[in-house]
Amino acid sequence: MSNTVFKVSKMSYNYPGGLSGLHDIDFSIRQGENVVFLGVNGSGKSTLLKLIDGLYFPDQGTIEAFGEPLTESRLQDETFAFAFRRRVGFLFQDPDSQLFLPTVWQEVAFSPLQMGLVREEVEEKTNAALNALGIEKLKDRVPYQLSEGEKKKVALASLLALDPEVWLLDEPTANLDPRTQDWVIEFILSLTAKGKTLIVAIHELEVAKVIADQAYILGEDHRLAAQGNPQEILQDEALLLRANLMHRHRHVHPALTHRHPHQH
Amino acid sequence: MSRNNFVGKTLAGLTEAIKQAIFAERYARLPGLLQGLDPRGKIITFLSLLIATAITRHLRVMALIYLLTIVLALASRIPLLFFLKRVWLFIPLFTGIIALPAIFNIVTPGQPLITLLTFAAPLNWGPFHLPATITITQQGLHGAEIFILRVATSVSLSVLLVLTTEWARLLQALSALHFPKIAILIFGMTYRYIFLFIKVAEEMFLARRSRTVGRTNTREQQNWLSSRLGFLLNRSYKLSNDVYLAMLSRGWTGHARFLDDFRFQWRDAAWAAFTIIFIGAIIFFGEMK
Repeated sequence: MSNTVFKVSKMSYNYPGGLSGLHDIDFSIRQGENVVFLGVNGSGKSTLLKLIDGLYFPDQGTIEAFGEPLTESRLQDETFAFAFRRRVGFLFQDPDSQLFLPTVWQEVAFSPLQMGLVREEVEEKTNAALNALGIEKLKDRVPYQLSEGEKKKVALASLLALDPEVWLLDEPTANLDPRTQDWVIEFILSLTAKGKTLIVAIHELEVAKVIADQAYILGEDHRLAAQGNPQEILQDEALLLRANLMHRHRHVHPALTHRHPHQH
Repeated sequence: MSRNNFVGKTLAGLTEAIKQAIFAERYARLPGLLQGLDPRGKIITFLSLLIATAITRHLRVMALIYLLTIVLALASRIPLLFFLKRVWLFIPLFTGIIALPAIFNIVTPGQPLITLLTFAAPLNWGPFHLPATITITQQGLHGAEIFILRVATSVSLSVLLVLTTEWARLLQALSALHFPKIAILIFGMTYRYIFLFIKVAEEMFLARRSRTVGRTNTREQQNWLSSRLGFLLNRSYKLSNDVYLAMLSRGWTGHARFLDDFRFQWRDAAWAAFTIIFIGAIIFFGEMK
């Protein structure tokens, strides 16, 4: 049996209105891989994750998930849709998109309930996810009373309640304070230790170096500019400057002014 | 803050709206009489009291139900002044305007109580007729009293139910009572995102204020406000799209499912019995009159 999770061939996508989204994308991701898609804002990273989560559909090319074509008509089949959603979880960049229910507990219980699990299982999975992330005290809180870091933890708990095989994470460390950023990185590393497949859209090179064993660079022309070992790719200054992931920085020292490449 | 600075006043209004809502949610968590009841039973009994208020024709019966709401508010640790303000600030604005014309003999003929104006003869303008004497009538006043008290009692019951039940529990209870689940989901999401957009709007107002020096005229403020309303609409459209995608991603197929942990206890049975006896008594004694 093939252990390919996603196989994307010649995929292109335009936004409604014709604005270019992604061009001629090819890649394949195997089970247990930790992959990062690096690119600047607007390069198409989030769109790419939405395409492989079956939320958008390509204008050209194909996507296969777990060896089967991932198309709009296939996802209309409830059995296929449930099986796919059970195996793939998506963390949205803006937690406010993901947390739409009146309380934290209901939010975390949403997916197990949608999957048709019985009451005892829903309660067990929801409480276990809240405990695992140390946010059981937040269970009766309403989302508008939470900090950004707490919202991110609740969003992660809502995925953990289903414990999917594949985690799609869109800018998981964006807009977080340093302590919560570290916490999220540790959480991601704990998923890799459990053998989960991670596909992360990110623009922070330092975080990418820590979590990835395969990196793809999306250029500003919405095409894949490079792929390979993150340690090698992230050393390629010319590539990173071209993809706008690094910029030249002017330094003034007391006796000297000089320029050198700089990344954030 | 300048009185005619409506941007400033809007900002203050938005902040106040958030504060009020968060403040009011605290009452629902207090250990009071109504807070301890099963929300399903509370919805049914309050609905029964609302129906009794709507159909009774007796002022004393209505006054009795109104008195009950005050006793229940006190037993539920709702500060009386806060409760009265929530109800009576709203009444003159909406109900008073409708009830006021009804007290005059022009709308409700009857036994005069106070004579206000006397003309030499009745006035006729085409289809309009004005009697020679304008009076406040006993029947008109009675009708207005009943109308105002009926609205005040109904609003008091509704306010009391909402103040003593957390919003999420109220929605769960409606679901348990077989209210359409999709409607419950929409109510829940609307309430949740109102706060997000109030916060966005507040930040837009603050950003403007931080960049504004001196006075700006009303037209400029109105133009700015309309452009921001457009922006907010656009943002809400984008967010609603993302929320829908997030729901799909987490297994949404168009069927809303909810869980509740309600337990019907002896105090719920006692409250239900009290409501049945109370409504039975007011029907019995109301009809005797």
